[in-house]
Amino acid sequence: MTNPNNATITTVHRAEFTASDALKIPTLRILQDDGSLYDGATAPELDKDTALKMYDTMVFIRVLDERMLAAQRQGRISFYMQCLGEEATTVGSAAALSDQDMIMAQYREQGALRYRGFTLEQFMNQLFSNEKDLGKGRQMPVHYGSNAINYMTISSPLGTQIPQASGYAYAQKLRGLDALTLCYFGEGAASEGDFHAGLNMAAVHKAPVLFFCRNNGYAISTPANEQFVGDGIACRAVGYGMKAIRVDGADILAVYQATKMARDYALKHNEPVLLESMAYRLGAHSSSDDPSGYRSKEEEALWRKNDPIARFKAWLLKQGWLDEAADNAKTEQLRADILDALKVAEKVAKPGIEHLISDVYAEPIPALQQQLDELKAHIRKYPDAYPITAGRLD
Amino acid sequence: MAKMNMLQAINNALDLAMAKDDGVVCFGEDVGHFGGVFRATSKLQEKYGKARCFNTPLTEQGIAGFANGMAAQGMKPVAEIQFADYIFPAFDQIVNETAKFRYRSGNEFNVGGLVFRTPYGGGIAGGHYHSQSPEAYFAHTPGLKIVVPRDPYQAKGLLLASIACPDPVIFFEPKKLYRASVGEVPEDYYELPIGKAEVLQQGKDVTVLAWGAQMEIVQKAVEMAAEQGVSCEVIDLRSILPWDADTVAASVKKTGRLVINHEAPLTGGFAGEIAATIQKMCFLHLESPIERVCGLDTPYPLALEKEYVADHLKTFEAIMRSVNF
Repeated sequence: MTNPNNATITTVHRAEFTASDALKIPTLRILQDDGSLYDGATAPELDKDTALKMYDTMVFIRVLDERMLAAQRQGRISFYMQCLGEEATTVGSAAALSDQDMIMAQYREQGALRYRGFTLEQFMNQLFSNEKDLGKGRQMPVHYGSNAINYMTISSPLGTQIPQASGYAYAQKLRGLDALTLCYFGEGAASEGDFHAGLNMAAVHKAPVLFFCRNNGYAISTPANEQFVGDGIACRAVGYGMKAIRVDGADILAVYQATKMARDYALKHNEPVLLESMAYRLGAHSSSDDPSGYRSKEEEALWRKNDPIARFKAWLLKQGWLDEAADNAKTEQLRADILDALKVAEKVAKPGIEHLISDVYAEPIPALQQQLDELKAHIRKYPDAYPITAGRLD
Repeated sequence: MAKMNMLQAINNALDLAMAKDDGVVCFGEDVGHFGGVFRATSKLQEKYGKARCFNTPLTEQGIAGFANGMAAQGMKPVAEIQFADYIFPAFDQIVNETAKFRYRSGNEFNVGGLVFRTPYGGGIAGGHYHSQSPEAYFAHTPGLKIVVPRDPYQAKGLLLASIACPDPVIFFEPKKLYRASVGEVPEDYYELPIGKAEVLQQGKDVTVLAWGAQMEIVQKAVEMAAEQGVSCEVIDLRSILPWDADTVAASVKKTGRLVINHEAPLTGGFAGEIAATIQKMCFLHLESPIERVCGLDTPYPLALEKEYVADHLKTFEAIMRSVNF
């Protein structure tokens, strides 16, 4: 073995540190606020239909977020998480994928989910934990997932999807599929051990996975400068021997272009790539959180100006692809559609009692069946105490 | 005495502990300036500075390992794991390190003074990742002590005892009661004993045993049973490890019957350990099989939470089965 340490051996004869800031990663920006491109920047190849689908998805998510946060405040759903300020990050990246690519998200990526084709009704059914929810009403609101559109069901524990993405992508490679896995996570989740494990596994085993870090500045109340000291998250990828690229997360053209490039590279070379999208979590962490306890209104106002939708809209208008009046009318219609879907979903029944024990295993084990039988007998005795299931035990 | 909810009582205990001993340091995710997502560490950073109350990066295994190191040095870290559901990345540090530090070194080193505080339990529409009661996993680990308070007075006294304890402690806080449970709490420093159960109500027909947030559930069941003329003896176990078998056995020898209630799933739950010990200690005194009222053997659900939980009606039925056996 000529190089047992698997590291560069460049000899020096004077003790000298490598500086902790030796690696500085630039941020790709293509689109300016007024819809024009930066000098030297080239817009990615994007046809009108795709561009408008991206825009419509961003608007859809913004309106859905507004409406459902209000619904949470009204007590109609128990919990909600907005992605305000990060619409370009998730939509731009999802648009650069093939529908066969697996998406493993953290929880704030409804933009990617919508782009994939998750329907308004499916959103509502999950949010209301009703019997039409694909997850059978088992998880808190926003824990979406759908096998049909290759979007892995969300798990609340942070970072757990990162090594899973490495494994999933490795399996895609072994199967010879022309598809990879994109894994979203936040800059906070990148502190979890699973992040380091996942990156290293993917690099060592050459798994075609795109690690997509949404660096939005906050992990609940903890600002990024209390989360890590190095230059963001992207520099860590280099430490694990993989390529990295950093983009402006409010610039959908930059996100799209970088993701497209990363996808092409990862599939061609069977290597992971890390992308870091710099954005700002403009909303609260969740409906249970109140940012006034840890950041100022002034700070928020500053970032509110950096609106990814307005920026993309300006570009679309310049292209002559968007009619403002028609767009406004469409958004009004969308508001009405969302409210209608909400009213329908909240009246749909909750899952039946059999779903208390289904899916723990492929088939309920005898002990569980017995527990269900005993529970049913108990509910028959006290029907008033269990109104969701008492009327439909058989 | 002052009226406090459980969060205020915990905050007050941490404040007193930090004032008393500058080796006490509080940290965890969002614990610093914000004071924790439930605000249990509110104002502590303001009062004691960033070096003694701080945000950590988002890594439970890091938090636990860091706490082990601090405690090994002789300080008293009080580390918060934001939800007990998220303690599992720290499982290795807690089970293989915290619990075995003293034993493996022949007492050359120890992590006494280390406390993991973590909110546990359901009843908040939290689904399976914000509702779990993982005490039994840790109860299977010699070297740890495990404490669960039922109200603000207990929370303060038991937390102060945990920080003073020469062994590492996992302190499970019933988050459902954080603001809901309000009571009179002495403002001064006091400790309550770890490893001692408390008999809350004397009775002669059946012993009803629980801990934490389930105490108010069983209390409701016991009242229903009283209307049927059944006299229940009610015990709060308070410590899962070590647990007070003597107090429970003395009660069961008197009543001849035992009903155990816990939130966690039935299989492998701590009620099984209690039942096995008590049937041995009280075999000739038992009038009926020991009853367990627990969560179902499924992950904690969301829409069907009411059906799933070990509620007062299921507990009442178990009490009646026990006395009518």
